[in-house]
Amino acid sequence: MATTEVERRRGQLAALSIAAVVIIVGVPLWWRTTETYRAWLPVSQIKELAKLQLHLSADVEVVFARGTVTPEQQKKVPLTQTQNMEHRVDGDSFNAILTPMRLSNSASVEADLSLHTLSESPSGSLVVYVIPESSSLLPQNVDVYIGQRRTALLRIGSQMRVGKTLEQLLAHMEPRIKQVLHVMSFSHTDITAALSNRVRISPGNKESIADSMRAFKSSPGYEITFSLLNPDPKSHRLHWDIEGAVETYIQPLLTKLSPVANFSIDSQTLYYAMLGVNPRFDSSRSTYTLNADSLAHVINPVEARLGSNAASSNPVLNFLLYIPDAHHSPLYIHDHKKQQVPTNAFHSPRWGGIMVYNVNEFYEVDTVFPVDINIDMAKVMGVFLAQLRLLLGVQSSTPPPGFLVAPCGNAGLADWELDRLMWSRSVENIATATTTITSLAQLLDQIGNIVINDNIAQQVSSAVTSLQLAVSELEAGNLGFALQYSKEAILSSERAFFDPSLLHLLYFPDDQKFAIYIPLFLPMCVPILLSLLKIVSEARQKHREKKPKKD
Amino acid sequence: PNIQQGRQRCIYGEVSPTEAGGGSDSPAPKPAASPPSVPRPKDDFQEELVIRPLHSGDIYTSFQFRTLWETDFTRENKVSHYRLFPKSLGQVISKFSVRELHISFTQGYWRTMQWGQPYLPSPPGAELWVWFQDSLTDVDGTWKELTNVLSGIFCASLNFIDSTNTVQPSASFKPLGIGNVTDHQIVCTENLTPWKKLLPCGSKAGLAVLLKSEKLFHSSFHSQAVHIRPVCKDDQCKTTSWELRQTLNVVFDLHNSGQGKNEWSLFKMFSRTLTEACPVASSSKIYIDITDNSQGEQFELSPATPLLSQAVVLGDRRTFSVYDLTQQITFGTMRSLNLLIRGKSSDMLRPLLHAERYVAGYGLQTGEIHTLMYNNHPYRSFPVLLLDSVPWYLRLYIHTLTVTSKGKDNKPSYIHYQPSKDRVRPHLLEMLVQLPPNSVTEVTLQFERALLKWTEYTPDPNHGFYVGSSVISSLVPSIVAMDTNNSRERPLFSSFFPSKEESSYFVRVYTEPLLVNLPTPDFSMPYNVICLTCTVVAVGYGSLYNLLTRSFQIEEPSPGLAKRIANIIRKMRGVPPL
Repeated sequence: MATTEVERRRGQLAALSIAAVVIIVGVPLWWRTTETYRAWLPVSQIKELAKLQLHLSADVEVVFARGTVTPEQQKKVPLTQTQNMEHRVDGDSFNAILTPMRLSNSASVEADLSLHTLSESPSGSLVVYVIPESSSLLPQNVDVYIGQRRTALLRIGSQMRVGKTLEQLLAHMEPRIKQVLHVMSFSHTDITAALSNRVRISPGNKESIADSMRAFKSSPGYEITFSLLNPDPKSHRLHWDIEGAVETYIQPLLTKLSPVANFSIDSQTLYYAMLGVNPRFDSSRSTYTLNADSLAHVINPVEARLGSNAASSNPVLNFLLYIPDAHHSPLYIHDHKKQQVPTNAFHSPRWGGIMVYNVNEFYEVDTVFPVDINIDMAKVMGVFLAQLRLLLGVQSSTPPPGFLVAPCGNAGLADWELDRLMWSRSVENIATATTTITSLAQLLDQIGNIVINDNIAQQVSSAVTSLQLAVSELEAGNLGFALQYSKEAILSSERAFFDPSLLHLLYFPDDQKFAIYIPLFLPMCVPILLSLLKIVSEARQKHREKKPKKD
Repeated sequence: PNIQQGRQRCIYGEVSPTEAGGGSDSPAPKPAASPPSVPRPKDDFQEELVIRPLHSGDIYTSFQFRTLWETDFTRENKVSHYRLFPKSLGQVISKFSVRELHISFTQGYWRTMQWGQPYLPSPPGAELWVWFQDSLTDVDGTWKELTNVLSGIFCASLNFIDSTNTVQPSASFKPLGIGNVTDHQIVCTENLTPWKKLLPCGSKAGLAVLLKSEKLFHSSFHSQAVHIRPVCKDDQCKTTSWELRQTLNVVFDLHNSGQGKNEWSLFKMFSRTLTEACPVASSSKIYIDITDNSQGEQFELSPATPLLSQAVVLGDRRTFSVYDLTQQITFGTMRSLNLLIRGKSSDMLRPLLHAERYVAGYGLQTGEIHTLMYNNHPYRSFPVLLLDSVPWYLRLYIHTLTVTSKGKDNKPSYIHYQPSKDRVRPHLLEMLVQLPPNSVTEVTLQFERALLKWTEYTPDPNHGFYVGSSVISSLVPSIVAMDTNNSRERPLFSSFFPSKEESSYFVRVYTEPLLVNLPTPDFSMPYNVICLTCTVVAVGYGSLYNLLTRSFQIEEPSPGLAKRIANIIRKMRGVPPL
């Protein structure tokens, strides 16, 4: 009897030790060898970014010209005042962007105007010169003049001069300065437009939504392609001096915009490129017309010929110059009110612009085809330049009444317009990079099968670092750096998101895994489990037997 | 790559990098002016169609479209303005620092013995070879990116070209290229459409209206190619311009489609007729080879043309009837041109050089590649350069290499052999062999078939694996004097390979691709192996476990069946059991 008890005991011990070996050695070994490699990601920082709140502030310097401030107002100088205006932009993916606007008015009194105009203000900041009511610098009905640089002239109104102290004076002038600020640096609508892809736009007016959809999304580079469409090479031999025109008209603007993005320009000539619609013949004026509602069908057949850029993946801005064939000439574009469009051009949001260039004045009674035609590039480039400004998001929002905006100079872009663009582009880039990074983190969190390589982790952390830098620089008002960092953040976040290694084993289903494991695990684990169960039940029985004995 | 770069430098060293692309830009916009102020265009487009009735009764048609552009893609900080040259290719050239690019897609095999030499040789499948600028440092990375971009442009799966099937020949592609690769690929309409889009007139006007895919692919041989290279503008080669040549070679089998009648026309072949030349083309011509028909006894041509042209092509003086599409008179009163030929064509020059290749041996372990090179010249011997690129999964035994002609050993005067690395690069074998007159030279090489990893097999592994054609390049002695004046205006088809001496001409011959069977496993095997192994392990483990954990004890033997039944009966009877 004793020997059988010993034998039983030994069997139990053996089963227990095998179970122990399986649990202590086997399970960790299996776990380690089948584990997917997942490098460490800065999850907590990414979570912080998801709840990011941006505080944008623009420095405004208010300079009072001689004769605008009374002596008692002069007493308390200098002073810095901060005023907050809060704007909330909410969305599902981009949790909350708060944009309180700090209006820091440092007032310097009795400063010399001419001295100040010489000093260059840093990008993102503004200088407002306050000039006396009687000043003849501005025309009679103009209260505010916005210059080409980052300056504005503000005529002080009589009702503003009631204040005793400078604070009161500034408080009176504040609405005006706010208006100036909205025109020259950023406003709520700008920021909303920049974020329109990330957040749901509150149903506002249709116009502003259309405006926000027009410009290209922010990108580190753009390809600008000018295409000359010659559907009738038998009749027209076209010559365009595109090289000179680009140098003269487009390049200055792009040089000015170079902090925002890289641009590359090319041009091509396409023969036998037709429009997708047949123009209607207008017998009263013996012209051909394209209606506004048929313009949507014009682009598609042409686009097949345009070809994509083989050398880069940046968005392409297409500008097409269409010379109507001899049988459909002259051709005019009509708007919704059946009126001729004076420029004879239209643009397609986030795609490019098309201009129709009529050459019928070259035909004479006894013209021998083909006709040699030199295209007037000044006329063409004027239209294309305006379209380019629109498509790049250099918005010329209509200024409030009483404002006079200086005509943009040689570069086609004022300094403050560039600032405006940089503000909205930085915010857009930060929003884009944040969404990319947060959704990547979310994806990786949800699908445990994805291998995270070291280079992806590195890209993610560099994106996070650049994002944090961009945010801090933006809040400090250093526009140039903010834009630079935000571009870097976008690049590395996209590189991480679209890395092909993330796709491996993404869809490796669990049932296949079990099909492979079961032939090994089932015959191994069942005896162990059964013997463990048996041991437990025996132990319990023994326990029960012991109890009555005690009793 | 260093070797090739050195060679490249000495060929194209004279190219000045400062050559301007378009110099005459004036900053002030010109008012619309009269024609005399129009600048001379710096690019030029020519189109040409050659039709040659073949000895076998087939018709060989060869389209060539050439765009010449005086520009410099290597210029830094460029603004690229394209007129006739396609923008997509121009961007590829400047982005990847390409010196030369040749890409061809071919379906069918060119039968040299029946058809003679083609104007432009190409191997079956797809072939891509590129010379890069010597300023380029990362050749491998650029090559990979370039193949991806080109597969996008031509809708072809060139992205499967990687280091495992790319070679860098040391000598074979010297006149034109570096980095050669062949890949088996079915050519289809989807490759033709992007190719047509590169033409300035598309398929809307000129010779390209004939390119209708359902007819072109209903043929015995179809080969389309794009060649980009710098060419000299003058004799001294001081300045170069870029040449884009798009070629399309088709052999129509008219016995099948023509119901046995020896009559064909443009309409029968292409189901189109010609009505105009491409308006931007400076020349647009059709050449018909009538060498064998100088007296008109073999076939008749209508409408007849008074224009005749002679050209020396591939070592033979040929006569052509020429139709100039830029002249309105060519189209006649019908305003359309439909060439019609009745009759039969006759002799052709027997090709002096041709080659074939096959795999010998049996079983799935070893095999032998045989390459036969024929020199049909009656009394001249000439050297040929043989290039073989064999994938790594055929392990070549280089010591078994034998070269024999006329039963005697023929020692190659130059051998360049680069052994393969598994999954990294293929074998590369280049040899310079002298072919004796009127002989067959046989090159044999034994190999062993490797066993691939199961993921490396193609979806249809039992079909076999393709091994690209070997390439034979040679200067073949010419019977007639070749035209060495390269600057003279010549038909496009005769000017692709510039000839440097009068006595010989350059020929490149491609052999057949090989189809080799590799040992192919049963692909459900991995799971079977898993199951079997697991079962074996489980059985062994189970018995061990049983032995270890069972407690053994002596037990009373249980009573036998008879006794048990007896006991049951006794119990029923109420008698005590046994």
